[in-house]
This record gives sequence, structure tokens and C-alpha cells, in this order.
Amino acid sequence: MYDFNYHRPSSLEEAAKILAGAEEGIPLAGGHTLLPTLKQRLAQPSDVVDLSGIAELKGISEAGNAVVVGAMTPHAEVNRSQVVRSRIPALAHMASDIGDSQVRHRGTIGGSIANADPSADYPAAVVGLAATVKTNKREIAGDDFFTGLFETALEEHELVVSVSFPVPEKAGYAKFANPASRYPMVGVMVAKAADGVRVAVTGAGPSVFRWTEAEQALASNWSADAIAGLSHSPDGLNSDIHASAEYRAHLIGVMAKRALAAAG
Amino acid sequence: MLTVSMTVNGKQVSKEVEPRTLLVQFLREQLGLTGTHVGCDTSQCGACVVHLDGTSVKACTLLAAQAEGAEVTTIEGLAQNGELHPMQAAFKEHHGLQCGFCTPGMVMSAVDLLKHNADPSDREIREWLQGNICRCTGYHNIVKAIQAAAQTMRG
Repeated sequence: MYDFNYHRPSSLEEAAKILAGAEEGIPLAGGHTLLPTLKQRLAQPSDVVDLSGIAELKGISEAGNAVVVGAMTPHAEVNRSQVVRSRIPALAHMASDIGDSQVRHRGTIGGSIANADPSADYPAAVVGLAATVKTNKREIAGDDFFTGLFETALEEHELVVSVSFPVPEKAGYAKFANPASRYPMVGVMVAKAADGVRVAVTGAGPSVFRWTEAEQALASNWSADAIAGLSHSPDGLNSDIHASAEYRAHLIGVMAKRALAAAG
Repeated sequence: MLTVSMTVNGKQVSKEVEPRTLLVQFLREQLGLTGTHVGCDTSQCGACVVHLDGTSVKACTLLAAQAEGAEVTTIEGLAQNGELHPMQAAFKEHHGLQCGFCTPGMVMSAVDLLKHNADPSDREIREWLQGNICRCTGYHNIVKAIQAAAQTMRG
């Protein structure tokens, strides 16, 4: 790891100021992507700004008909939260199966979505549950947040504060995990809410996307039969040593059906 | 340089470190607590698991600076007054180790599991240990040891 200056500010304002003043500043959330990246010397920030001292980034609350998860909330806490379990069990389930137990104790929702790994779980929840991402500058609709491979709508030094998930009528998440890394090769969040049906797919393409054909089919008939005959095209999907684009395309259909069964 | 202070196995420590120092390096190289192992160094194998404020974490994926003010427990801190922790005793009794390299991490991870789940099923134990890799035992005796420790600790 190259050397850097370490900061642990206690407010968002202070964090933003340090980042703006640094030659190359980078925020540190749970560190479970950033630290391995630094260890491999794939990045060389001048300043690392640890966000763990900022109280307003932590915790889970209910606001109206939504569950609000602070950016620095670790996956294990999302999984164990009674609020999340009772209001959006699919989200609690998703959080229970990210990485392994120790990764879930440190990895955070804010870090995960800001990193926008194509194989991360949370993007499927942000898009599939029509969440809103609150930053230190503005609010960003879940649909507009992920813009490409490791790319988000966040501007330089813009920090995720929380993610607000509207409570759906029904939702389910299913993933086919890589047996070694546990990352989803394909993960699908299926949700039914007052404003419609969403089917969000992660792991399959460069970035999370909605399977609109399945959404339309489920909107008129919320059952496995509705999507039984549908298949997703492999065009533009990821192809690597873990799975071909054709295999991932097939998994989208299978995971969508499993997610639907989980949603009930 | 940076001064970090924390409580390790009940003892207050304060040392100068480079900001890039990992918690596992701090424990091993500056405090001489070499029971916490470095296996893969890529956050996968779990040989470096310690408790940070009572929660199991991978010490290779944490800066020492991130543990500022925290209570850290390593494998050396489990035995009390020369008596093995029930989890350590169960690993010994049930042959839950062969080469022993992964054992400190396995034991620390298993102790944390029982805090959340005093009576886990075999499947729950195996799922919990997804981040602890053992290349000798095939895990069967590790699961057996954890079941035995859980029984002892339930009393």
C-alpha cells in the first residue's frame, strides 16, 4: 500500500472540506473494496477520509412509508434491523447474504453503491425498490444513480448520506452467487408497489438494469406463469471466466422466477 | 506518523504508526501478538479474524487507525487465568484443526457466532464460516467442535 494522509472528520462539512482541499482525496466507508484496492497498489490517493466518525451517516429509521438506511450502516445491521425485517424483508434477506459474516460487519450500503461494482447486490435494491439516494448536495432517484461500470451520478467528492427505500407491497430477491467470491453472477430484485412492478438485474451487465419486458408481464399478471416464456437477450451482458453472456441471460430468467417465489 | 490508542486484550496500548498500517500488522509487528495470522491478505481466508468492540472482523482489511479507541480481542485474549476458552478446548478435544493455521480465525469467528446464536444448526455454522477457509480438516470436525462448545457454553 502506498502511504497517504489519514483523516477522521466528525461532520459531513468537515469531510467535504478535507476532500476538496486534498490533492487526491478518497472517502473510506467500510473499506472492504478500498483497502484491498490500496493493498494491490491499484490506487494512490494522497488523503483517505474515514467517514466512520460522522454520526448522521449511521443507523436505520422509518420516515413515512419508507425505510431510510444511513450510508455507513453495515450489511449485518441492515439484516438484523427489526424495521427492515418487518417492512422490507427482501432487503434484510439481501443484506444477509452479501460476502461473508465478517465482510457484513464492516461493508456499508453507502460504500457499496458509491463503488457501483457490476457484481454488487445493493444496486438491485436501489433500482428495484425505486429508492432515493440522499447525498450531501441533493437527492438522486435510484433509476438515475448508476450510470455505468463503476460509474455513478455522484460528482467528485459528493458523499452518500442515506438511501430511502419506499416500502413495497411485495418484494423478493434471488441471486446465483459465485461459489468462490459469493458475488452475484446474477441477482434479481422483483417488487410490486403502488406505482407499478419493477424487475432490477445486477451482476449480469456492466451496471444494474431493469428488465422491462418482465415488468410489463408481471404488471398484468403477478405470477410465475407470466414470465415463464420470457427470455432475456445475451446482447451486451458480461462474459468472463465465471460465466458467458448466454449463461447470465439464462440466469436472469431463473433468478427472476426465484425472486418472485420469494416475494409471494 | 499517527498515534493510535486502543485496548487490546484488556490492556491499553498507544503507538505511533504509519497511516497505511493494517490492524493485523499493528497487532503482529508492533504488539508481538502473532496468534492473528495473515493467510490470503485479500479478505477471503479469515485467518486474521479478531473482535473489534465485540464483533468479528478481518484485521487484514482494517487500518490500525480505524480501531482508534476500540476494544480489540485477539486469540491471545480468550484464555482466562491459564484456562482455555470453551471454544479453544472444544477445537482441541474434537480435533478441529490439523496444521492450525486457520484456527485462530476459526475460533474468533465461532465465538462471535455464539453471541448471536447460542444454539446454531450445522448449516448455520457452515454458513457463518463462509469467510474462514481451512485447507486441512474438511470442516467436519470444526463444526463438531463448535457444536460442542455451544453446548458447554449454554450450560
